[in-house]
Amino acid sequence: MVLPDWLAEPGLNHFLVVGALLFSLGLLAVMTRRNLIMVLMGIELILNAANLNLVAFSRYGALALDGHLFALFVIIIAAAEAAVALAIALAIYNRFGTVDVEQLSDLRE
Amino acid sequence: MDTILLLSLVTLFLPLAGFILLVFFGKRMPRQGDWLGTSLVTAGFLISLYILVAVLGATDAPRSASWTWARFGGLPGLGEVTIQLGIMLDNLSAIMLVVVMLISMLVHFFSIGYLEGDVRYTRYFAYLGFFTFSMIGIVLTHNLLMMYMFWELVGLSSYLLIGHWYEKKSASNAAMKAFIVNRVGDAGMFIGIMIIFIHFSTFSFDAIFGAVASGDLPFESRGWLTAAGILIFCGAVGKSAQFPLHVWLPDAMEGPTPVSALIHAATMVAAGVFLVARMFPLFTADALLVIAYVGAFTALLAATIAITQYDIKKVLAWSTISQLGYMIMALGVGAWAAGFMHLVTHAAFKAGLFLGSGAVIYAMHAALHQQHDHHTDAQDIRNMGGLRSRMPLTYGTFLVFTLAISGIPLTSGFLSKDEILAGTLAFSTLNGHYLLPLIAFIVAGMTAFYMFRLLILTFHGEPADGKRLSLIREVPAVMAGPLLVLAALSVFVFYSFNPLGASSGWLYQALERPASVVPEAIAPAAWPIFYRAVSDVHTLVMILSIVIAVSGIAFAWVVYERKTLSADRMAVFMGRLYDGSRNKWYFDELYQAVFVNGTLLMTRLMNRFDNRVIDGIVNGSAGLIRGVSRVSGWIDHTFIDGLVNAMANVTGAIGMRMRRIQTGNIQNYLVFAVFGFLVLLFLLLLV
Amino acid sequence: MEFEIFGIGILTWIVFLPIVGMLLILLIPGENKDAIRWTAAVVTSLQVLLAGMIVALFDKSALGINDTASFQFVEQYRWIVVEAVPRVGKIEILYFLGIDGLSVLMIVLTALIALIGVISSWSIEKMVKGYFALYLMLVTGMMGVFVALDFFLFFIFWEVMLLPMYFLIGIWGGARREYAAIKFFIYTFVGGVLMLLVMLGLYFSVAYTDAAGERIHTFNLLHMMNPANYVEGSILAGLDTTWRYAAWMALFISFAIKVPLFPFHTWLPDAHVEAPTPISVILAGVLLKLGTYGMLRILYPILPDGTVYFMYLMAVLGMISIIYGALCAMAQDDFKKLIAYSSISHMGIVMLGMASLTNQGTVGAVLQMFNHGTITAMLFLIVGVLYDRTHKRGLYDFGGIANQMPRYTGVAMVAMFAALGLPGLSGFVSELFSFLGAFAAFRWITIISVTGIIFTAGYILWTIQRVFLGELSEENKGLADLTPRELLMFVPLAIIVIALGVYPGPAIALMNTSLSHLVELMSVFTR
Repeated sequence: MVLPDWLAEPGLNHFLVVGALLFSLGLLAVMTRRNLIMVLMGIELILNAANLNLVAFSRYGALALDGHLFALFVIIIAAAEAAVALAIALAIYNRFGTVDVEQLSDLRE
Repeated sequence: MDTILLLSLVTLFLPLAGFILLVFFGKRMPRQGDWLGTSLVTAGFLISLYILVAVLGATDAPRSASWTWARFGGLPGLGEVTIQLGIMLDNLSAIMLVVVMLISMLVHFFSIGYLEGDVRYTRYFAYLGFFTFSMIGIVLTHNLLMMYMFWELVGLSSYLLIGHWYEKKSASNAAMKAFIVNRVGDAGMFIGIMIIFIHFSTFSFDAIFGAVASGDLPFESRGWLTAAGILIFCGAVGKSAQFPLHVWLPDAMEGPTPVSALIHAATMVAAGVFLVARMFPLFTADALLVIAYVGAFTALLAATIAITQYDIKKVLAWSTISQLGYMIMALGVGAWAAGFMHLVTHAAFKAGLFLGSGAVIYAMHAALHQQHDHHTDAQDIRNMGGLRSRMPLTYGTFLVFTLAISGIPLTSGFLSKDEILAGTLAFSTLNGHYLLPLIAFIVAGMTAFYMFRLLILTFHGEPADGKRLSLIREVPAVMAGPLLVLAALSVFVFYSFNPLGASSGWLYQALERPASVVPEAIAPAAWPIFYRAVSDVHTLVMILSIVIAVSGIAFAWVVYERKTLSADRMAVFMGRLYDGSRNKWYFDELYQAVFVNGTLLMTRLMNRFDNRVIDGIVNGSAGLIRGVSRVSGWIDHTFIDGLVNAMANVTGAIGMRMRRIQTGNIQNYLVFAVFGFLVLLFLLLLV
Repeated sequence: MEFEIFGIGILTWIVFLPIVGMLLILLIPGENKDAIRWTAAVVTSLQVLLAGMIVALFDKSALGINDTASFQFVEQYRWIVVEAVPRVGKIEILYFLGIDGLSVLMIVLTALIALIGVISSWSIEKMVKGYFALYLMLVTGMMGVFVALDFFLFFIFWEVMLLPMYFLIGIWGGARREYAAIKFFIYTFVGGVLMLLVMLGLYFSVAYTDAAGERIHTFNLLHMMNPANYVEGSILAGLDTTWRYAAWMALFISFAIKVPLFPFHTWLPDAHVEAPTPISVILAGVLLKLGTYGMLRILYPILPDGTVYFMYLMAVLGMISIIYGALCAMAQDDFKKLIAYSSISHMGIVMLGMASLTNQGTVGAVLQMFNHGTITAMLFLIVGVLYDRTHKRGLYDFGGIANQMPRYTGVAMVAMFAALGLPGLSGFVSELFSFLGAFAAFRWITIISVTGIIFTAGYILWTIQRVFLGELSEENKGLADLTPRELLMFVPLAIIVIALGVYPGPAIALMNTSLSHLVELMSVFTR
């Protein structure tokens, strides 16, 4: 199978497009999902989109191995963040009896 | 320092020691310490006698000693002024010292009887000691400053003793009056002293006299010299109760009678005379003329009042003022020795008269007490009469004193009074002031009259209350003793062996008039000239004075003993004059209205001025500032604060509208953020 | 003359001991009243000891006044130095303490009155801790004024006194205490502002050249006294200029308020009447002297031309104060107010004496400052004793006290007669020399002033009659005589009053040299 030209040689742009898609999906999830857990998963997507970009830049750009290093950091931080965020979600559930972000509006005014 | 000066210091400080001991420990001593004060003063008297003999026996110049009290200046280019206190012993001070100590001692003894059982017995003796100390200070001083200091201190002791029975309003009033009236005179004296000191930079008599004698006058002016003399004389006017400051002495009779004898008859009031005698060389002829007329007028004034008084002590008080006027007049005309001699003889017989009256009052009190009568005045001679039979010793001595003060030959009073009259007449022959001898002779006659009136009304005639008379007792020995001593001293032999002439006696010989130091043009008549004039008129005066004294006595005899002439009818006949004399010529009322009320009015005005005007300005300016601050506060509040508040309000109103956006929903915020980001991006790309 | 304890100069000790005491008191719990009182008593006693040492070591022959070398117990440090201020140059403020014959007696007076004030404060029960803390701060201020030789330092001490005084009157005072405290504060503050203005004027006009040849502006009083230090063309340069007269006037008013001199006196009666007894004692005993001290220390040597020009004004104001004060005193029914007015009268004598610019006059004036301090302190304590017992001060509320309280009466008589100017007591000596000096300069003014002694006798004797003589009223029959504590505060004062009255020589010798020098200094300008 002969791949079209723009697909034949995967380049930076491909990775960036996937990253952008991932980011958009993540952002959409964060903005629209009512379940807090889903929002968190959206955030994970956003982070991973960033990871993808970093690694891509590392592979094609001038970043050398720094991009990998950053990606590694982000993964670790994402893990930590997920732990803290889930703990907060749990605490919110205990406090309000729901994880629906529509109903969590105590910060209003 | 030689022994005599040392001894005189001992006499000075013995009474002071008594005062201090009695004040602090007197109440705990046996007999409340009266023996202590008395024995110390007695010792002092004996020492003073020794001093007198020693001083009179010595021929050398007066001795003195001085100590530095304060020192000023002394820097290079600035003169040094040292202020020295010191004592001086000459004939004048030695004689005066004996007089003071003698009377003080006798009064101490008399008081032991008179004040027995008094509430403040110790205090009384302490104060007597303090008075004696201050009086001796005046006598011994060799400078004007110390004179002034002790001058005030005798004033204090007089104040304390007049107010001895201070529970009585009249007593404390009298004490206050005495002090303040004296202060008026003292203020004048102080100014005089200032004039002297500022020019001569010294207070010492000798130094001042020396400087004036060498032609150095205060402020190079004869006028200031005369003024200084008259101002210093002001002190004497106050202390010796001369017109116009005579009003305090009669009131001072509120004090215990022995005090009247010591302070207000014999010694303190004579301090004025002593001062004039001491300062005599400094007085100009003009100043002396003023002194003479003040003395003469006082003598006359007091005599006219004494005639109509009924209080036994008041009569004596007025007679004291009159006699002091006599002495002052004598010094004023230049009869120096005569004036001072009268001081000495008067001290003896007037102290005797007061102690005699004290004896009478003591007896009257005792009798009234037995009758349980607390209303009758024990001092009013109308309540007495006939006391002669019950108190023979008192009567006898009182008679001697009365004869002496009237100037009957063989008494001491005759000697001195005769010399004064002669001196006054001689003065008038020299420069034509005939009013002075005229007054002097009139007063001599009046003195004889009113003193015998007193004697007759008290001791002769019918008793006012027969029952009371029977209760009257003669006084105890401790009181009678001093009377006898003083009666003896009222006889001529102690002063001169010639009963008709003092000038050959030791006292007159010892008192040599000091030469005037003022420039000759304004000096009084020199002694030789004056002495010749005195000799010319002496015999005439002697005859005249005897005639006048005897006729005065005879008149009193006719009116009060025989009652040939009715005293009441005479009083009515005199009319206004009698009322005036009876009311002391309204001096008290006049002074009360003018000076006392005037001062009080002024104090009230000043106080009102202080509260209304000065404080008014202060409070007013405070109010003004408060008003201004209120206005500026309003401006601040309305305009400046208004602007600030308006901005705050606008901001607030916008905020109120904008708050709706805050939904609290995190996804909303996120949407806004993303939307905003997109808008910005769009704008960026567009540009 | 130097004297140090633990490496710190004796003057610093005597000034700041009370502050140490104040800090100690602040550490003591407020309920422990006796510990607080004893701390204050110990501190002030130490001050008296130090004052005694100062007198013992004092060299009577040193000139002082404007002569830097002959000041004693000098401590001089640079405190605030600013290099190169635009248009002015280098400026410096010194920590400069030292005494001469003018201040030595005042130090003794301050220490003594402070101690007696503490003894008299023993009966205060309200907020003891705050009271003594403020009290000690006040003492530091007073002592500091008497030893400061730098105008800035002087001014600071001057203002330091103001605050505690305000609270001491305003909190512990009588019924109208707020009014009196504010009146006192504002009066004094106005004076302070005037002083500040003159101080700045002098500061910009005076610059000395130091060893390195640099011109330095300074607050040093001694440099201000040297005409050579005035900068050419500056506001206070020259002699007999309008600005100098204006500066003299402003400074004079600021001091005259403290004296107080007619017509700046009305804060005094109110402050005295409302203040608690110990504070009245301090006020009359020490604070009033600050005014006349300030004149002699600052006004006279720095602006001698103005002093000579205005000497008649000073004398006339002194004369008016003497007579006016005496007359107002006579009109009072309130014992305390009477004494307050008598203070005005007596301070008038100080003014008259020092206006004369003569040796006897100035010596008499300073001696009168000391004597008035002791005598009036006694008088206020006397009122305080009666007030403690009866809570009354009206002259007509009493009578016959002499029989009930003999010891008290004895002490009161000493004080009263000293105030009256009786020879043998200290008041006489200083009045005598003040008047003598004044007479040499002003004949008629002095003659009129002397009549004041008659009024003085009038109101004093009248007071004695109303309070001590006469019949004892029923309600006063239970009055107790002086307690040992009260005797302790009267006896030292009475001894001083009598001793100085009998033999003032030593006290005069202490200040004679300095004051002679001052007179000499002024005599150059006398026309």
